[in-house]
Amino acid sequence: MTAEQILFLLTGALILGSALMVVATRKLLHAALWLVAALFGVAILYAILQASFLAVVQVVVYIGAIAILFIFAVMLTRREMRDQGQQTRTNWWIAALLGLLILAGLVFLILAVPGADRLPAALPEGLDTVRALGNALVSPEAYVLPFEVASVLLLAALVGAVYIASVGKKD
Amino acid sequence: MSIPLSWYLILAAALFAIGLFGVLSRRNAIAILLGVELMLNAVNINLAAFWRYLDPAQMAGQAFAVIVFAVAAAEVAVGLALIISVYRRRKTVVADEIDLMKW
Amino acid sequence: MTFWNDPINFIANWLTGLLTGWGVPDLWATIIEYALGITALIVFAMVLDILLVWVERKVVARFQDRLGPNRIGPFGLIQPFADIIKLVIKEDITPANADKVVYNIAPVLAATSVISLWAILPLSSRIFGVDMNVALLYLVAAGALGTLAIIMAGWSSNNKYALIGAFRMVANMVSYEIPMVIILLIPTILADTMSVQGITQAQSGIWFAILSPLGFIIFFISAIAELGRSPFDLIEAESELTAGFNVEYSGMKFGWFFASELLHAFTFGGFMAVLFFGGYGGFFGLEKVAGFGWLTNPFVESAVFLAKAMFGYWAIMWVKYSMPRVRIDHMLAFNWKFLVPLSLALLVTTAILHKLLIVLPTWQYAVGMFASNVVIITGTIEILRAHGRKQRKAEEKLSPQPVKN
Repeated sequence: MTAEQILFLLTGALILGSALMVVATRKLLHAALWLVAALFGVAILYAILQASFLAVVQVVVYIGAIAILFIFAVMLTRREMRDQGQQTRTNWWIAALLGLLILAGLVFLILAVPGADRLPAALPEGLDTVRALGNALVSPEAYVLPFEVASVLLLAALVGAVYIASVGKKD
Repeated sequence: MSIPLSWYLILAAALFAIGLFGVLSRRNAIAILLGVELMLNAVNINLAAFWRYLDPAQMAGQAFAVIVFAVAAAEVAVGLALIISVYRRRKTVVADEIDLMKW
Repeated sequence: MTFWNDPINFIANWLTGLLTGWGVPDLWATIIEYALGITALIVFAMVLDILLVWVERKVVARFQDRLGPNRIGPFGLIQPFADIIKLVIKEDITPANADKVVYNIAPVLAATSVISLWAILPLSSRIFGVDMNVALLYLVAAGALGTLAIIMAGWSSNNKYALIGAFRMVANMVSYEIPMVIILLIPTILADTMSVQGITQAQSGIWFAILSPLGFIIFFISAIAELGRSPFDLIEAESELTAGFNVEYSGMKFGWFFASELLHAFTFGGFMAVLFFGGYGGFFGLEKVAGFGWLTNPFVESAVFLAKAMFGYWAIMWVKYSMPRVRIDHMLAFNWKFLVPLSLALLVTTAILHKLLIVLPTWQYAVGMFASNVVIITGTIEILRAHGRKQRKAEEKLSPQPVKN
């Protein structure tokens, strides 16, 4: 066990434990806060993977924007502060079974694929990953088209969300 | 640098399964969206791990992870706007009770 | 390498020698050194925070034509410790039906979000936490944690005033994050890097506040809003919201919110210094002149940095204690309808001009960048003036004419 493996296992335990709490806890706001913990764990994973840009953007986008949006939505859609009653469907065990089946299938596949136990490739000497990512996102021979489509999608989603959620004058 | 690739993949698979369970078992529409977020993050872990373990000079994995971020943000914005709009009209966010289109 | 040239590495080497001499494995020696370094940085920040309590009280007293604390110790310097003792011995109240775990985590998270900023604050070229290549995004990420702390505090208190205060504060912080992120791109473009060390070194010839004064002004405004200080201090609008999101907190838990707000303001003063005023350096090339080499000594650099940060902090206080509070809808409208478009226009102009003018000699480049900012500022003021005039005309047409006699 190297220090890095221990760190990975701790982070993995944080992610999976918080994710379980997200789907298991009764209080919806606690679910949103557990989601924050899980997403923070994923940010730590990115840091272990030396994807520094992804790690920071994970915190900015998921915790700073998406989790806050969730918390707002939870607060805006209730009449009393406490969640009462059953939060899961009566046939939740089918869902659990399905999840376990998919997990078992995926793990089987992962272990069967040759090269799944490979170690990370060496980072090229002097590679600034942030600069390389920036160049990749805007250079025509790389990903400029998906990048621009994603930005149009974001704009459309922004306009759409404002239109849907705003109180129309007719109501 | 001593973690095999399979550890990441198994972790992501477990996260994906948990997210799927959340989507299928929860009654509250917001909780369903929380499950979707977990699944998207599982995908992103895989993308970042493949970038690091296969060919770090190619930025494909990171670039697509960034695009997944954008899609996730768009999905949450529109999804939550829809839920709030539905709540305003029908005073409920339980997915089973939003059944106007069912007959 | 001596202590005076490179204190941190000197101490680290000495510690490594000491620990390996005791037979500690290399890995553990590294972990112990990092832990000690982190502790030292946090202790420095917190001690500074205690000093800031005194500075804040003294400066606000001067602005309000009072003397301020002057009873305990020379110039009232011991006053912060008296404040802390008062906070510690107060009764620690948890409201009924509060969400206890969330309620107790929130102040810790608020302090964490501020202290984590110190990891990237470059005190000197050789005294700093880490030099990340995504430091500016890290600044935004740490701010996101602060937002989360506020909404957790407001919700878990089980108090409607706290909740409304938290809602307003979060709406405020999330909105003003957008012009701030756009403006953070301007030093990134000018320095061609996001690392704070790189940005500081890029300003050794000329400060970015000269190349982009408008960028600095927008950053200053959005930093004040991000801090929740007056005129954007709706979190502590005592007269209308009792005290905002922290109304239910008492004793040292309130103290953590208070301390983190002060330290946050000072930290943003530091970032203003780093991003626009050359950080620990920025002597306009003076350090290369013979006889001024001592300017690059890490202790001198730290002193310069702390002085600049303190000046930024003083400027924030200056605004705080001289401006009335802005209404929440005005505040958001000002952000979305004015600051965001303005900062976008500035970003596009800066990016294009930087590419075009970088081939010119330095002084022509600087004059060009400065002139472009002046043009944008003048144009904005003209548009605002025309708009205001139109509104006034419309008002005058509606309102009855004064009787002439």
